[in-house]
Amino acid sequence: MDRLIGTTAEPAAARDWPRSLTAVPYWAFQDESVYRDEQTRLFHGPHWSYLCLEAELSEPGDFCATFIGEQPVLVTRDHDGEVYAFENRCAHRGALIAMDDHGHADQFTCAYHAWSYNLQGDLTAVAFSEGIDGRGGMPPGFCMAEHGPRKLRLAIVHGLVFGSLSNDVPDIEEYLGEEILERIDRVLGGRRPVVLGRFTQMLPNNWKLYVENVKDSYHASILHLFFTTFRINRLSQRGGIIVSPSGGHHVSYSAIDREAEAAAANTAYRDQRLRSESEYRLADPSLLDGFSEVGDDITLQILSVFPGFVLQQIQNSVAVRQVLPVSPGRTRLNWTYLGFESDTEEQRRIRLKQSNLVGPAGYVSLEDGMIGGFVQRGIAGASDEYATLQMGGDTAESSPSRVTEASVRGFWKAYRDAMGYEPADPGPDRSGRANRHPERERIPRTGEVR
Amino acid sequence: MTDHLNAIMRAQARYVRCIDDGPLEAWPDFFTEDCHYRITTADNYRRGLPAGVIWADTKGMLKDRVSALRDANIYEPHAYRHLLGQPAVLEAAEDTAESETSFLVVRITGDGATDVFASGRYVDRYRVTGGEALLRERVVVCDSSEIDTLLALPL
Repeated sequence: MDRLIGTTAEPAAARDWPRSLTAVPYWAFQDESVYRDEQTRLFHGPHWSYLCLEAELSEPGDFCATFIGEQPVLVTRDHDGEVYAFENRCAHRGALIAMDDHGHADQFTCAYHAWSYNLQGDLTAVAFSEGIDGRGGMPPGFCMAEHGPRKLRLAIVHGLVFGSLSNDVPDIEEYLGEEILERIDRVLGGRRPVVLGRFTQMLPNNWKLYVENVKDSYHASILHLFFTTFRINRLSQRGGIIVSPSGGHHVSYSAIDREAEAAAANTAYRDQRLRSESEYRLADPSLLDGFSEVGDDITLQILSVFPGFVLQQIQNSVAVRQVLPVSPGRTRLNWTYLGFESDTEEQRRIRLKQSNLVGPAGYVSLEDGMIGGFVQRGIAGASDEYATLQMGGDTAESSPSRVTEASVRGFWKAYRDAMGYEPADPGPDRSGRANRHPERERIPRTGEVR
Repeated sequence: MTDHLNAIMRAQARYVRCIDDGPLEAWPDFFTEDCHYRITTADNYRRGLPAGVIWADTKGMLKDRVSALRDANIYEPHAYRHLLGQPAVLEAAEDTAESETSFLVVRITGDGATDVFASGRYVDRYRVTGGEALLRERVVVCDSSEIDTLLALPL
């Protein structure tokens, strides 16, 4: 019996989506019906969602209770050493099977009526199934094998556990593509991650506003002033943007530009920099004394996987982020800060120090907690208006420049396709529409001639 | 012991007044030069996971927090009000003490509602000399793992 049939929801064709990738309708962040369609078409649809880290399931019996969209999911490691995932929902009356986020169990027993499951999600016992004294009990035809939570498709990529509720999902290699896989491999390949801490940030905005923000390399040096204020050099950096062919995944990266750095060392620019550094500098600059993360010159790599996963390397702060919608206007952002088993004591200390850069209180990320809420509040009353994404053109392609919204456009390309919106004209046509204040009216005072 | 308790209570009363009513610039002065401060969750603390949403091992890093909040970071203006329980002094020696104090912090964003922002306990190690208690270590253990929107001002 194949129960991972994916969504049966009709395409959300009732609404037109602008043909141009530069326009995003604000109703997409507001409508309850859009939110419901996302649950079925995206999160239950043919996509891979991040569930947890394999490192969080190191021993047989370890489990994580996590989510795909709103759907509660249990991920376990059984005694055969394999990882399993199934719905965290009792086959009897639908109660949660496990309540702890992270724990250890030999089996799961539903609190409501003590139906029990093994670590692979098979129903193994029904309390009082024979009744008492020959009375009551389950009918003789009841077959435990036919009852049980749905079992997910799983894929493990360098220690990242992804799951899908649809059998139509392509293989993970095909889904991610070579370029994205390479960049995951760059940070996690051949290393065993260690969880350094977990934090949850509750965002007062639609989940897509956070995903847009992650993909938006244009805002980084504008909204986040920490690096510029403290004159932490951002100029001698080279980098770029990778957008996957589907548009849904991206990588934004920057690296030390050795040539530019050497050239700058011989110019007046350096003196200028030193002067400005004297105005504002860190009392303890050791915050930024890092090491080459994997032996190359890349100091920043932000990677996202459609629909809601982020792998981040900012200097030596490595973390994964899981973006979970809670309601149209509310999002749960789960941060897991990582180190690696191979870390020296000093490297571990640097990671802990640099965790100040990220997370709910991060020097270069706390603004992101707020800005989605500013948009959510700003667009109230403007559901028929559109955001405009014209920076760097109108395509969703990889680019050597980070002053572009290409990867944000990419997200909307993948989103539009996944939701089944028909691209339609007209989008917002602003040509020849000057935006002037209309004429004012004023009621004249008594005796005043109008 | 009673003197240590008094010194800790005086220090903590001034500490919360400094964050709630200012000036925040004086906040690092409640710590010794070589100190540890971090904000974490009860779940991380119980599991021995070392990361913090704020993590500092020098007084300089605390000063940098304040100057970043003043001059670099952008956030909606907000204020806290800390309500502290009585400190429980768990260990005391001649010039050191370990204590725990529960806290409740409400946050007022702009001129908006008073919202419960955090509850938890301070797990502290003090240096007490001349009747003055300075923090050698403060681990802010929040009861919940959820932080609403962002955490800018320290706890």
